Amino acid sequence: MSKGILYDATLCIGCKMCEQACATENGLPYDDKIAAEDFTSAHKYTTILSKDDKFMRRLCMNCDDPACASVCPVGAMKKTALGPVTYDKSKCMGCRYCMAACPFRVPKYEWEKAIPGVRKCIMCSQRVTAGKQTACAEICPTGATKFGEREELLEEAKKRIHDNPNNYLHHIFGEEEVGGTSVLLISSMPVHLFGYPADLTDRALPMYTYQVLSRIPDFIPLFGTMLGGIYWITHRREEVAEAEAKEKELKGGAQ
Amino acid sequence: MTVPRIRFTFWKVVFLFIMAAGVYCTFLRFFRGLGASTHLSDQFPWGLWIGFDVMCGVMLAAGGFTLATAVEIFHIERFHSIVRPTILTAFLGYLLVCAALMYDLGLPWNIWHPLIMRNPHSVMFEVAWCVMLYTTVLALEFLPIVLERFKLNRALKLMRSLMMILVILGVLLSTLHQSSLGTLYLIMPNKLHPFWWSPLLPVFFFISAIAVGLAMTIFESSMSSKYFGRELELPILRDLGRVLVVVLALYGILRFEDLYHRNVLKLVFVSSYEQRFFLLEMFLSVLIPLGLLLVPKVRESAQGLYLAAVLTLLGFVTNRLNVTITGVENAVGGRYAPKWTEVVITAMFVALGFAIFGLAAKYLPIFPVEKAEDEVLVKPRVAVSEYAVPAHASD
Repeated sequence: MSKGILYDATLCIGCKMCEQACATENGLPYDDKIAAEDFTSAHKYTTILSKDDKFMRRLCMNCDDPACASVCPVGAMKKTALGPVTYDKSKCMGCRYCMAACPFRVPKYEWEKAIPGVRKCIMCSQRVTAGKQTACAEICPTGATKFGEREELLEEAKKRIHDNPNNYLHHIFGEEEVGGTSVLLISSMPVHLFGYPADLTDRALPMYTYQVLSRIPDFIPLFGTMLGGIYWITHRREEVAEAEAKEKELKGGAQ
Repeated sequence: MTVPRIRFTFWKVVFLFIMAAGVYCTFLRFFRGLGASTHLSDQFPWGLWIGFDVMCGVMLAAGGFTLATAVEIFHIERFHSIVRPTILTAFLGYLLVCAALMYDLGLPWNIWHPLIMRNPHSVMFEVAWCVMLYTTVLALEFLPIVLERFKLNRALKLMRSLMMILVILGVLLSTLHQSSLGTLYLIMPNKLHPFWWSPLLPVFFFISAIAVGLAMTIFESSMSSKYFGRELELPILRDLGRVLVVVLALYGILRFEDLYHRNVLKLVFVSSYEQRFFLLEMFLSVLIPLGLLLVPKVRESAQGLYLAAVLTLLGFVTNRLNVTITGVENAVGGRYAPKWTEVVITAMFVALGFAIFGLAAKYLPIFPVEKAEDEVLVKPRVAVSEYAVPAHASD
């Protein structure tokens, strides 16, 4: 069973303790200035956004079928069985296709470094593997960020919406989006008001490229034979023409 | 005894200036990082170096496989005399693309990783292999020119016996590579503007590569005749012009049908940032060149063909930049313009391309000997020495 995170915006009080815990867990600096940054970056993997008295959290969605892992030519990005989407810098060559492909624009780059890498929330993979919950869920004082089995969290999200239908939009962001994500969001405001993409497809994005890529092995022998065949035909024609010309010449000489 | 004097012509000075600036920008790129040397950001992980140096670099190298297909596969002998310059352009193009990649990759020393770390689900993995294999094939296709120069006849004979396999391999790899640069964007249906995102992207990239291959060949021949004082092979260029008309028409119709079926056609008439770039692209790449080439007088004249070819090239460069940059700007909420250092590096690669082409044309048997031309056209492979180094090679 794969793990997940449920973020319930209606329970969030905007204390940003998840930001702090995330920074500590990942060995990143955290101060008032960084706390004020309302976008994720190579030094801030999660952020709490606010609009009036409403909050929203941004973090890697850890997709079930992640675009970043699918596009990585060297397999530096990986979806683990437990849920987290991890990154291995020793494999990375820095093509940044993961950044271009991510529908949530999550992967960030260390632009200022001479030896840069991709940075993003990896759902505390090292903690999850050790049987612990993520740092953000552990510290959350109100239970707005909750860690658990994705299936159970999904049921709980449905129950919360069912029990308090006036408090929530009747949609669980991440249940179906791009084929489902390990992180689930419920709130009273549409998530796209906080920078999440609107009108996302429910199809897993890697399918768009895989339906072309998977045909290449079939295409190569067909196209190769076609090219070779045309070569064979066109050059045969010339051979025949040459032979005929020679024959004519011989006949001409005999007469 | 006179000391050899180097004449500083206008273009030589421009070239040296660009190279000097390029060296400085190279220093910035590798010692200060991508942040200091580019306007790339988390919003725009790909900029001018991917959009122009790689996307357009590969596209502009398409003349190699287009002409190789025509001459070797379809056996259209009359194009034979212009195959070598296109092979040279393609080889140079791919070498420069590889060099540009070293600047753009964050960890360029890991560029060989796709050899041992495999993810066959990644289009970039396919791209990486295509670049490596096709550059190798181009090197081998180019090798006979060098062997001929140094009269290594035995090796030359061996290479010639392999040529058919090399050409087929080259066409196959090019087809995959040109189209895969479009496939790269299939995974971004929510990011790339509907003018450009289409399930047919790989097909568009492939057909436009053929158009560009033809246009580039016309451009190259015209430039060579101007700067190397060669007689213009006008009848050949006229043939290419006709093929270009057909390819552009096919491309234009397919783009139209695609927009129609995806219900995007109405957006063409609504003023927007993307609309302006889309119209610019379509007029430059398809509409104006087609309009020009459909006029017999233009199609038959050297200047007309040259103009149509240059517009086609500019149009498809606009297309590639639209796909990489314009088409994603609104989705990521920002505008990208390259930093001066990015422009200098790109200019450096373009200048190197021209300079190396010039040197190769001077010292290697790229063009057929003019006097023997008639004979060459009839029987192209009679003798090893049919191509010769121009007389002024020892300048």
